[in-house]
Formats: sequence, structure tokens, C-alpha cells
Amino acid sequence: MTLTPLPYRVVDRREETRDTATLTLAPSGEPLAPFAPGQFAMVYAFGVGEIPVSVSRILDSGRLVHTVRAVGAVSRALHGLGPGAHVAVRGPFGRGWDTTAARGRDVLVVAGGIGLAPLRPLLDTVLAEPEAYGRLNVLAGARSPDDLLYGDEIPSWRRPFAQATVDRPSAGWKGRVGIVTGLIGEARFRPPDTTAFVCGPEVMIRATARTLMHQGVDAARIQVSLERNMRCATGHCGHCQLGPLLLCRDGPVVGYDRAESLLTVREL
Amino acid sequence: MTTSAERPCGARLLAALPADERELLVSLARTVALPAGTRVFEEGEEADRFWILCSGTVALDIHIPGRGSAVVETIGADGLLGWSWLCPPRQWHLGAETREPVLAWEFDAAAVRALCAERPALGLALVTLVAETIGERLRATRTRLLDLYGPSADGPAP
Repeated sequence: MTLTPLPYRVVDRREETRDTATLTLAPSGEPLAPFAPGQFAMVYAFGVGEIPVSVSRILDSGRLVHTVRAVGAVSRALHGLGPGAHVAVRGPFGRGWDTTAARGRDVLVVAGGIGLAPLRPLLDTVLAEPEAYGRLNVLAGARSPDDLLYGDEIPSWRRPFAQATVDRPSAGWKGRVGIVTGLIGEARFRPPDTTAFVCGPEVMIRATARTLMHQGVDAARIQVSLERNMRCATGHCGHCQLGPLLLCRDGPVVGYDRAESLLTVREL
Repeated sequence: MTTSAERPCGARLLAALPADERELLVSLARTVALPAGTRVFEEGEEADRFWILCSGTVALDIHIPGRGSAVVETIGADGLLGWSWLCPPRQWHLGAETREPVLAWEFDAAAVRALCAERPALGLALVTLVAETIGERLRATRTRLLDLYGPSADGPAP
């Protein structure tokens, strides 16, 4: 973990949706230590501010890949950067997805909106070593077909089941319509032998976890990625506190057996 | 327990029914194969049947003058297609069209209601099952109303 921001430069920018882009960053000098799936970096847009951004792909080259949605001042600034622009990055931070716990078991990945970004490195990990895992199921929800991330990659995740669903279909959309939990009944997994990875808006996380537990997936086997106001990212400032957890240090990935009671407390 | 694609048709949906009651109900079903693009029912028509999907997807739609048909939800494998047959006025509130080839169990609603009248335990179990499906769809609809993936869904963003 590097506490001092290191200089990086944007070397590639891919427009994912109308408000989301994937940036590839190359170190200008020393690279940060390698990231694990689900971990995040603090990315600084010069003159604007710093935000936490999960890695959305892990490369061997020391380059970082972040998918950024333009929703606030800093994320808008980062989203607008093109090749050649400079940023400062520190990390890696937090506890990522526990892929070891999923080995030998069916894997169920449930994503909502931009929540698919931190899950993509996990998918890469599972797909790189398919014999080490059971059946992989990927369920992705989005607001509309135009808001669906990595749409061209979803077919390659069909091992055996990958499906996207949208809240608001456009005229030509031939896929599924409805919330992502509606797909769980169609996925191919054995609940007692399944590890689930869930990321998205908190309401969606709660609904997904409830449905999975109702089907027989153990709460401890449901890993969820939570988001709070991360500032220092080192567990000192307390901005990201969720009850006994400091999510920048103890999360962002937490077992639902720990998270469930915390997520039902208002304003926690 | 395994999920839908490797289980018999309707296994998840009908799991709560006692085995003998389930067999009785299933004995009323006939298997139908519907090509992609089949209009299964139309808004306003009598709701005299329902289906349990074994495979494939059906889109529920509603006609909006000037805008054509808008799809409001899709139903996939092991899903219940149709619950308007249960309660008056027993008319479809939406239209339904297959999006891909569908294999389904089709039930005659009057025959099922008659069976339920004969066997109150089966009737209660079936109503509970349909209520569970309606509840799931109501919760899903409420969640969609929140527009969770919209720009301001999570409050001020960094």
C-alpha cells in the first residue's frame, strides 16, 4: 500500500456509456503495488479532488484500469481526461473479493449499474482458471441498454449463464426487462455450494442477498462491496465508518453475515 | 437443490406444494411449444389460462397510443405467466409475446379453479404460490420506481 500519491498518465480512454469511461493509467515512474480484484485506489484529479475508484481490470504491466462514471465534480473531471493527461494515484486499498473462498464452488456474480466494474477483475480471475471453480453465473442489471457496461464482454462470461436485464428498455432491446434479482431463479447454481459476489446500489445489494439466502445461500458466502465516504483510505479519518467497520480498511468487500445487520440501521 | 435449468419444469415454482397435490395440478397441464414472436394473450381478453415456463422468455407489454407496445417486464424459465385468471374480472391487464421459442406447461384456469374448490388445501397452497409471485413482482416494480441506477440515486456523489 502506497500512502503517497504517485504520478500516472492516461494512456487510453474508452467510452463505455454516455456518462462512463474506462481509463488506462500508466505509471510515470515507480508503479503502485499490484491490486487484487475488488480493491480500490484513491485517484486525484489535479486541482479538483480525490475519489476512491475500484480497479476494473488488472494488468501485469503495472498499468491501472479504472471505469469512472461522471456523477460528481471529481468523477466528472476524471471522466473527461484523455490520453496524455496526468493524475496522481495511491493504493491499493481495502479488502477485495475473496476468490480463494470460491474455489471448487459455483460462482454467482450479481452486478447493478457501475457495480459491474469492480466485479470484472473477479470474472477475469475465474475465467483464467475455469477448472478451479464450479459453474459461473453472471447477472447484470442496468438502467437502460445504453447504460449497460461491457456489453460486448457479457457473452464471453456465459459459463453457463450470463444475462443482462434493464429497467427501461429501448425500442430495439431484445434482452430481459426487470430488476436483476428476477434473474436469480434462472441461474444455474447449487445454493449450498455457491459463493456469491454482489456489487451495486445498496438497495439492490440487500434485495439480492435476501433472495439468495431465501434460496439457501449462506450469508457468509455472499460477499458484498459497500461504499461509504472514503477519504483517507487508511482507516484513520473515520469518514467511511459503518458501525464497527471502517470500509476503506475492513471493506469494501464484506461478508453479508457481517453486513446484514449494519445495512438495516438508518444513517449508520 | 439446484436452480432452474437442471430441474424439471416448474420445480422451483411448485416446490411448496405437497407432492401429491403437485401431481394432481400437473396432471391438468399440457405441454405447449410456442415459436418466437407468438402473441400469447392480449390486454383486455379473458384470462382463461396460465403457463409455467419450462424454457424461453416471454415479454409482458402494454400498448401506448402513438408509441406502440412498451415492454414492462420479461418472464423467464420457471416463471409463472399469468395471474389474472385467479381474481375477478379475470381479464389480462397486459399483453404477452414470446421473445424466443418457449416450452411451457399450459393450464386451463377454470379446471384449476374447480380442482382448488374440491381440494381446499391445494387451493390455499396455489393461492400462496401465486401471491408469492405477485409479491416478488410488486417488490421488483417498487425497486424500479427508485431508479437506483439514476444519476442521483445514491445522493451527492464525489
